[in-house]
Amino acid sequence: MKNVVEIRDLAITFATDGASVVAVDNVSLTVAPGEVLAIVGESGSGKTVTAKAILGLLPETATESGVVMLGANDIVQLSGKQLRAVRGVDVAMVFQEPSTALNPVYTVGWQIAEGLRAHGKYSRKQARAKAIEILGKVGIPDPETRVDYYPHQFSGGQKQRVVIAMALVLDPGLIVADEPTTALDVTVQAEILDLLRRCRDEFGAAIVLITHNMGVVADLADRVAVMYNGRIVEEADARTLFASPKDPYTQRLLAAVPKLGTGIAHTRERAAARPSTESAPVVEAKNLVIEYAGRFGRNAFRAVDDVSFRIYAGEVLGLVGESGSGKTTIGRSIVALTKVTGGSLKVLGQEMRGVRESQFKHLRSDIGFVFQDPASSFNPLLSIAECVAEPLVVHGRADDAGAARPRVNELLEAVQLPKSFGDRFPHELSGGQRQRASLARSLALEPTLLIADEPTSALDVSVQARVLELFSELQREFGFAALFISHDLAVVDLLADRIAVLYQGKLVEEGTGAEVLVAPKHPYTQRLLASLPVPDPVEQAVRREKLRSLQTED
Amino acid sequence: MTAEQPPGRPSFWSRLPVIRQLQQSVGLQRGMLIVGLTICAIFILTAIFAPLIAPYGFAQLRDAHGDFGAQDPPGGKHLLGTTVGGYDVLSRVIWGAQTALLAILVAVTLSVFLGIVLGVVSGYIGGWLDRILVVIADAVYAFPTLLLAIVSAIIISQGQSNLFGGILAAGLSITVVFIPQYFRVIRAEAVRIKSEAYVESAKVVGTGIIRIMFRHVLRNATRSLPLIITLNASEAIFTLAALGFLGFGIEPNSAAEWGYDLNKSISDVTSGIWWTSIFPGTAIVLVVVGVTLVGESLNDLADPRLRTRRRASRVPSPGAAVAVVPGATLDDVLSGDALGIVPNETEPR
Repeated sequence: MKNVVEIRDLAITFATDGASVVAVDNVSLTVAPGEVLAIVGESGSGKTVTAKAILGLLPETATESGVVMLGANDIVQLSGKQLRAVRGVDVAMVFQEPSTALNPVYTVGWQIAEGLRAHGKYSRKQARAKAIEILGKVGIPDPETRVDYYPHQFSGGQKQRVVIAMALVLDPGLIVADEPTTALDVTVQAEILDLLRRCRDEFGAAIVLITHNMGVVADLADRVAVMYNGRIVEEADARTLFASPKDPYTQRLLAAVPKLGTGIAHTRERAAARPSTESAPVVEAKNLVIEYAGRFGRNAFRAVDDVSFRIYAGEVLGLVGESGSGKTTIGRSIVALTKVTGGSLKVLGQEMRGVRESQFKHLRSDIGFVFQDPASSFNPLLSIAECVAEPLVVHGRADDAGAARPRVNELLEAVQLPKSFGDRFPHELSGGQRQRASLARSLALEPTLLIADEPTSALDVSVQARVLELFSELQREFGFAALFISHDLAVVDLLADRIAVLYQGKLVEEGTGAEVLVAPKHPYTQRLLASLPVPDPVEQAVRREKLRSLQTED
Repeated sequence: MTAEQPPGRPSFWSRLPVIRQLQQSVGLQRGMLIVGLTICAIFILTAIFAPLIAPYGFAQLRDAHGDFGAQDPPGGKHLLGTTVGGYDVLSRVIWGAQTALLAILVAVTLSVFLGIVLGVVSGYIGGWLDRILVVIADAVYAFPTLLLAIVSAIIISQGQSNLFGGILAAGLSITVVFIPQYFRVIRAEAVRIKSEAYVESAKVVGTGIIRIMFRHVLRNATRSLPLIITLNASEAIFTLAALGFLGFGIEPNSAAEWGYDLNKSISDVTSGIWWTSIFPGTAIVLVVVGVTLVGESLNDLADPRLRTRRRASRVPSPGAAVAVVPGATLDDVLSGDALGIVPNETEPR
């Protein structure tokens, strides 16, 4: 059977302010009709650029060579006008972030019709009927009314469904999905993956799936191409690849993916090693309520609702929840970045409700904070050494960055960065190195409590594995208590002594890894666990059925 | 690989604002920038060395051979002729550069400092202070520059025209009108930077508010300043010239001033005496064009979407092929594998 798309010897070079960069080097791929090809790789591996080349969406700074045959057309050679005729009809794209892929000032019906109008004559009525039909097909309830809704009236998952509807409306032979579930929560991700599977089964579309998440690959892909540094290092069908990866890079990549259940033995070990004497908790929340003031005439938004938990010295509490569940708000309230509005929150003995900065300042040296995005948590104009020295200087342990340098070097060594990195600027470090430097900064004052707010969510899997390892090593060495906030159950499982699950601002379940992950009691935790795709196609197929039965129960 | 400079770190010179952009630019943008910079350089050099370049003093009416004579055409003793008042046109134009440069310096220095400090404080602290300052800034912004300049010219010089008074009048009126511009730009940046993770991280550490404002916020907020300064500078020249043209400028015996000369040459234009108006007029236009060209190309170069780059070569330089270091370990780094690669890993903005 004829291939939908055939890429031969594709090479793409980008002009930058510095030297030019080869993003894609000699890539050859084919996609058969009705097939799901996953392109996996870490950030910078060239997977997105390859996908965009299929649509001819490369920026002006790119220089292409090679052949991208889409049906009978070579995309590389087509003019702008010819490309417009091909896009939408032969190939469509689903973007990563559904909230930015939709224009906020038009209704979704109008935006779907826009694609139709570009490729043929449709009356207003016909276009609308078609939009309603396709919205119904992608599982938007009540499409007759919702066709006139604006994007902000949909939830994130529904927005992604609308984006997929836009891609499907002209019935293209190929859909390019660039990280279609990265911006979504795990439970929503499972639904979107189901929808994409239906795109193939019911609409017969081939899918090129770009992702870094091995679980998603295992769930959806028929064939997998692994990219590294702009080259394809391995290509195989999904089952073979996961069962017996051949290339050493693929092996490392698969080994780095955190798996559920590996942390339980480790936790037991740590629990045994910890002194059993119950001391006063480092953090104690009792019926904690945090509200964000609403606009005039509206009710305040309750982000955290009646939450109680304790963190004892030397203990790691993992806080899990989806976006909007209030987990970050709790972390921020502990360091007084967010005001506590109700209940009680005691941090190192200080009541945080109505606390003033002057009362809390002396305690700040005992608390470290690791931010989510290592790219933005460093002042870009200060060198790494100056950034790490900042807490020491502020708390008077050193006069200036120069005087603090010996201590800074010690810290950099503790997080396994060479001393010379202190002279570099933040942008000269990779994401993982920056996050290690961020750990060094938060440990500079030897805090008794460390708050880590999604410290690895911006990192690639293999880098994430190293940072997590480092984190647990440092925790053993320095013995700080930690609140580890994450949306990823598997990551929390690796590190935490106890796990607390947040859902819509409420704490629904709390317990050790064995309790929460093996025998979850609350239905939400059960659904969350079942939604998490595992990097193994065979096991994932079983889990998918389990999730489906869970959903029909609801 | 210990204490030496990491590869890819630009030298001190190439990190300076204008020079970095000059190295970055290509094609038309580079041409614009170079023309602008050349005009500005000539202008500044002329201003500094006016006493050496100019054949006569700005207020000189006669030399050893007697009076210059009024409205002499170009040529002979007076290369660009003489004015109706009997001054040498060339000398007046050259000396005028000095006055113009002084006006720019006064206007820019006065407004930059006040505008920046107010902007950072207002943007970072926010609340009612911010609201009041913004309202005041908007009110001042609505005020016509020239009217303000005339009023301040009268107040400062008390009707007595002199170099100091004239420049200060132009400078002050520009200052007052331009403070809101610096204020607005810096405030907007401060508001943006306030919510950046590194500022929050400084707060978590317990950094004092002044230190946060100046070490973390201000240092990152100065990106667009060179652009406003150039636009500001051309506005300063315009105002000074307009003041002179309207008769509120500096009398010829205190300093040379292009606007004043233009004013005195109005009657000459109809009687075919072109040299008294063309040369000071051209001087004003040239300086403004030069400064604006610099500002305009800085603006284009600051925006990655407007900046043109050289086409990528098919054969890349060897170091550029590796775009990422997934999980570089300490060992990789020490053996030098990861070094030199990291600068390439820039996020698309």
